[in-house]
Amino acid sequence: MSKIVSLSAVFALMATSAIAAGECAAGKTLEDGKLTIATGNPAYYPWVLNDAPESGEGFEAAAAYAVAEEMGFAADNVVWVRSSFDEAIQPGAKNFDLNMQQYSITPERDRVVDFSEPYYTAPMAVLVSPGATETEPTLDALRILKWGAVGSTTAVPKLDSVIQPDSDVLLYGDNADVNAAMSANQIDAALFDLPTALFLSAVMIEGSKVIGQFAPDASDNPDQFGMLMEEGSALKECVDAALTALRDSGRLAEIEAQWLQDTTGVPLIQ
Amino acid sequence: MTQPNAAGATRRQRYEAAQRRRAALIAATSTALVAAAIVTLVPMTPGWEKVQRSFFNYDTLVLTFPKLLEAFTINVMIFAWSAPAIAVLGLLIALARDTKSPALFPLRIFGAAFTDVFRGVPVILTVYLIGFGIPGLGLPRPWNSPYIWGSLALILTYSAYVAEIFRSGIDSVHHSQRAAALSLGLTERQVTRDVVLPQAIRNVVPAQMNMLIALQKDVSLLSFIGPVEVFRQAGVFKSLLADFTPYVGAAIIFLVVTVPATRYADYLMARQRRDRR
Repeated sequence: MSKIVSLSAVFALMATSAIAAGECAAGKTLEDGKLTIATGNPAYYPWVLNDAPESGEGFEAAAAYAVAEEMGFAADNVVWVRSSFDEAIQPGAKNFDLNMQQYSITPERDRVVDFSEPYYTAPMAVLVSPGATETEPTLDALRILKWGAVGSTTAVPKLDSVIQPDSDVLLYGDNADVNAAMSANQIDAALFDLPTALFLSAVMIEGSKVIGQFAPDASDNPDQFGMLMEEGSALKECVDAALTALRDSGRLAEIEAQWLQDTTGVPLIQ
Repeated sequence: MTQPNAAGATRRQRYEAAQRRRAALIAATSTALVAAAIVTLVPMTPGWEKVQRSFFNYDTLVLTFPKLLEAFTINVMIFAWSAPAIAVLGLLIALARDTKSPALFPLRIFGAAFTDVFRGVPVILTVYLIGFGIPGLGLPRPWNSPYIWGSLALILTYSAYVAEIFRSGIDSVHHSQRAAALSLGLTERQVTRDVVLPQAIRNVVPAQMNMLIALQKDVSLLSFIGPVEVFRQAGVFKSLLADFTPYVGAAIIFLVVTVPATRYADYLMARQRRDRR
């Protein structure tokens, strides 16, 4: 009962703030009255389900619609496009208002593009191949493994600075290639954000296991995902306001609970 | 060659010298004009400042270049063991396709199928299929290394091209030489080894130089299956810094290696043309 009350309170709050925010974004989007959001090609589970962001299923897809609603855009006024990482950071005009595909906010990237307030804080997690599931979640035990990662992610500096593996790290273009390498037993372990690691272990690589996570606040630079916008985007203040409202109202946490697996069972790496 | 007479150069020599000076002047002027136009006009474009910051960022270049050079040693290493293997396998395939005996027909079929398949499939697909596919069969370490199978993919693809070039070299040796050598009492084997191949290989050296240059660049395709060579290292920096300058750095490294090699291939080809006259 209390849940219904609080939910309706949330909706009431959303309705009022939506009207205000709708004015904020007016005239600042690529196409008037529409909000163009970019996702990956393909977009990965659990961020977007079935590579179909239009369905609003998956954490990022759901969060995107919530932000759009908060900014005063109805669901049918949200337009989805696809973009690669390089397209997002290349100089020049963009084909999206917002780009949402697990972009970690870093000061270097922030010089070239704009980031919204973080919408998710992602701990890094260790996924190991079926042959290495007995590895202790300690740095000493992890160091001797053969490591892989996606080359365009912040997992690479994390590996270099924190784990410091004994042998050379192998880097790949995307999650699917890391899978292939792990299936071919070319790597023992790979570093991903926790939700991605849990998904890969549950669905993609039979027998693999997430043996540990790094506490998000343990490193001086936690991985926080932000929505990417063109440098100097006028939309930033509206997006930030929408995200802040969603966080304060608890709606963002609800979406997170709905679409991202419970991550508390994964031990912390010592 | 006419000797200058007592009064200096002949009228014809003076005229030709003047023509050359004039041509050099025109060439220099037009080059300077084009260069000046690029240097002044490009920075006037509205996006130049952003492009400069994203592609020609000096600080990024200085920061990343040492790591890129280090990663380039991986390229050199893969190149160093692939190139000789390609030369040997390419020559063997060429010889297999060139056999004459009816009993060796399967060998000819194999040679033809090999070149058809590996010339017809994009290198990157071969790298993926062999680099992930064969280790996926369950080979133990270190025999499932992406270095081994990635290199094999390059070797197979490039052997197909190189074999065709060798074959054209073998065809370029006139049939009468083979006939003459046979009539002197040499065996088929001796004819191929001592008469045909030495000439055939010499004839195709410049063309093979081009294959070496292409191989040098295609080594980077191994980055797709794991090895962190210069292209991947540049990609890592690009992602972390949101700056494409590391790619420019990688391009500079490639150019420093390939431009002299290209010039050398040109020189070899020019010399060959002279020798044939």
